Amino acid sequence: MPDFNKPHALTDVPFHYCPGCTHGIVHRLVAEVIDEMGIEGDTIGVCPVGCSVMAYDYFNCDMIEASHGRAPAVATGVKRGNPDKFVFTYQGDGDLAAIGTAETVHAATRGENITVIFINNTTYGMTGGQMAPTTLPGQVTQTTPYGRNPDVEGFPVRVCEMLSTLSGVALAERVTVTDPANIRKAKAAIRKGFEFQKNKQGFSIIEVLSTCPTNWGLSPVESLKWLKENMVPYYPLGVFKEGAIR
Amino acid sequence: MERNLMKGNEALAEAAIRAGCKCFFGYPITPQTEISAYMAKRMPKVGGVFLQAESEIAAINMVYGCASSGVRCMTSSSSPGISLKSEGVSYMAGSDLPCVIINVMRGGPGLGGIQPSQSDYWQATRALGHGDFQILVFAPSSVQEMADLIGRAFDEADKYRMPAMILADGLLGQMMEPVVFHTEEIQHHDPEDKHWATTGHKNKRKHNIINSLYLQAEELETLNFERFKRYETVKQEVHEAELYRTEDADIIVAAYGSVARLAKAAVDNAREQGIKVGLFRPITLWPFPAAEINEACRNAKRVLCVEMSMGQMIDDVKLALNCRLPVEFYGRTGGVIPKPSAILEQIKTLAKEAE
Amino acid sequence: MAKMNVDFEACKGCALCTTACPKKIVEISREKLNAKGYYTAVCIDDDACIACAMCAMMCPDCAITIRADGGDK
Repeated sequence: MPDFNKPHALTDVPFHYCPGCTHGIVHRLVAEVIDEMGIEGDTIGVCPVGCSVMAYDYFNCDMIEASHGRAPAVATGVKRGNPDKFVFTYQGDGDLAAIGTAETVHAATRGENITVIFINNTTYGMTGGQMAPTTLPGQVTQTTPYGRNPDVEGFPVRVCEMLSTLSGVALAERVTVTDPANIRKAKAAIRKGFEFQKNKQGFSIIEVLSTCPTNWGLSPVESLKWLKENMVPYYPLGVFKEGAIR
Repeated sequence: MERNLMKGNEALAEAAIRAGCKCFFGYPITPQTEISAYMAKRMPKVGGVFLQAESEIAAINMVYGCASSGVRCMTSSSSPGISLKSEGVSYMAGSDLPCVIINVMRGGPGLGGIQPSQSDYWQATRALGHGDFQILVFAPSSVQEMADLIGRAFDEADKYRMPAMILADGLLGQMMEPVVFHTEEIQHHDPEDKHWATTGHKNKRKHNIINSLYLQAEELETLNFERFKRYETVKQEVHEAELYRTEDADIIVAAYGSVARLAKAAVDNAREQGIKVGLFRPITLWPFPAAEINEACRNAKRVLCVEMSMGQMIDDVKLALNCRLPVEFYGRTGGVIPKPSAILEQIKTLAKEAE
Repeated sequence: MAKMNVDFEACKGCALCTTACPKKIVEISREKLNAKGYYTAVCIDDDACIACAMCAMMCPDCAITIRADGGDK
């Protein structure tokens, strides 16, 4: 068995995330992939507005903080100016699938050669748990106190399914981090996304079903169970599209 | 040097490329679309990037990302599109990023019209986004000057690490005039020269961060203090105006951009009729050339501010003169262009009052 | 010798590691609060630990390191 340490691509700054929030796991997986590919010095990350707004303090590669929803456009600007660098965005569901839908869809359909890490935890965490575009029908949030009613608030967005219809997408895969087996799969998917980028094969998005214990009002361990029982049936895990576009 | 007959919008684009602009991110809107069209044709031939974004918002954020990584880049739009870009401009100012933004103004508010206008003066000089910040604003008055100012805008933006705007209007953008580019070669600017840029650290330095979020009020205040201190230096070093027949002038017409050309014709006509009138034309709108207008108004008794708006620059004229002279206003708005004859009538009225 | 090392101050006591341990030897200790005010994770049987690192994989705060040879970090 090899030793297990914090990856080099993460700084020593402790995460500000709530106890049990899976953001930290996904940060580590991205950093492990960067370490294993030896690309820290050639990688530029773009963080969103949301709970991971301060991810620029956590990653050791060069980092840019984007305005709300615009990370794919910012990443496009970086990548077009520096086509040989690795560029990834790290975005939550409100950022990516509500305010930033246009930027997401168009970066994807252009086949922008970037990797998008998409955290879906069905809620706006940073602002205190309002309805997100991915909030499940019936789910209680601060702004859906009687549960999300599709007649009023519409239906949740299945991002990977939607993007998989676009010709520019090389990889659309949904994973989760509820247990070590799924964490391994999640890391493999992130690695795949970066490899697609390395080979200039198009847009990759890895959607990670994640928890928000604080705003769900559950313990971290209960949150994992809630995710498996409620999110996975609505957001099935798996590969929705895979294959180089160029 | 070769003389080229070009539209203002095309001259801007060509001059930007020669100034080392590597990436252009645009979105169609009248009356600036020729800039995008020219870039689309020319950029691939010189190893640059032209990208039509999905919106003005995306375009300015592409500029934000590209400028973060140290690359010379720009975007252009027209009034309603600039409003959409304003969020991104604020983020760029808050992250100390250089870039060039072109506004080929049209009539407003709202969707307004597509005829020339100067009704975004306030927006450009005062409110190009939320928060405490200032940017550089240049106002060309001819196709040649459009070509000349864009390289300067890039240089000053890089030097002071802030966005710079070229504030033109539909008249200048669409007008064809001879233009001479002062360099045949395309300048090269190495992103690595920008020590702060997110170019990838190559394991040689600590990671760079481009960011405008500061949750500690004192930290943000310190940064804002620093930016305004930097802008004081800008005020000392970046100010320019054309003074035309002002030496003995009793009356000074203040006008910028294409209106200044019409005003100049009116000044010449008035001079022929024996009226001592001159023209003050700011080339930098922000910082406003306060010393130059005071120099122009040394002997003046009256000032006439002429604009294609309801009067937006007039406040700066009054402030720069410390209200020591009466400042009158003549303007047309909504895309209507003032006629030199109408400006002349205004000058004559003032001349009578000044007697 | 400990194989699982928990950074006492980095741990937020979320207990996700306890769900991942195949040997069921990771628990949240109720002995002492850290500076942030959390009870933290601990391995209750070092000899039984197989250094599989599943607890570390599950940790959202990179608070767990694993030394396969049992050395301190």
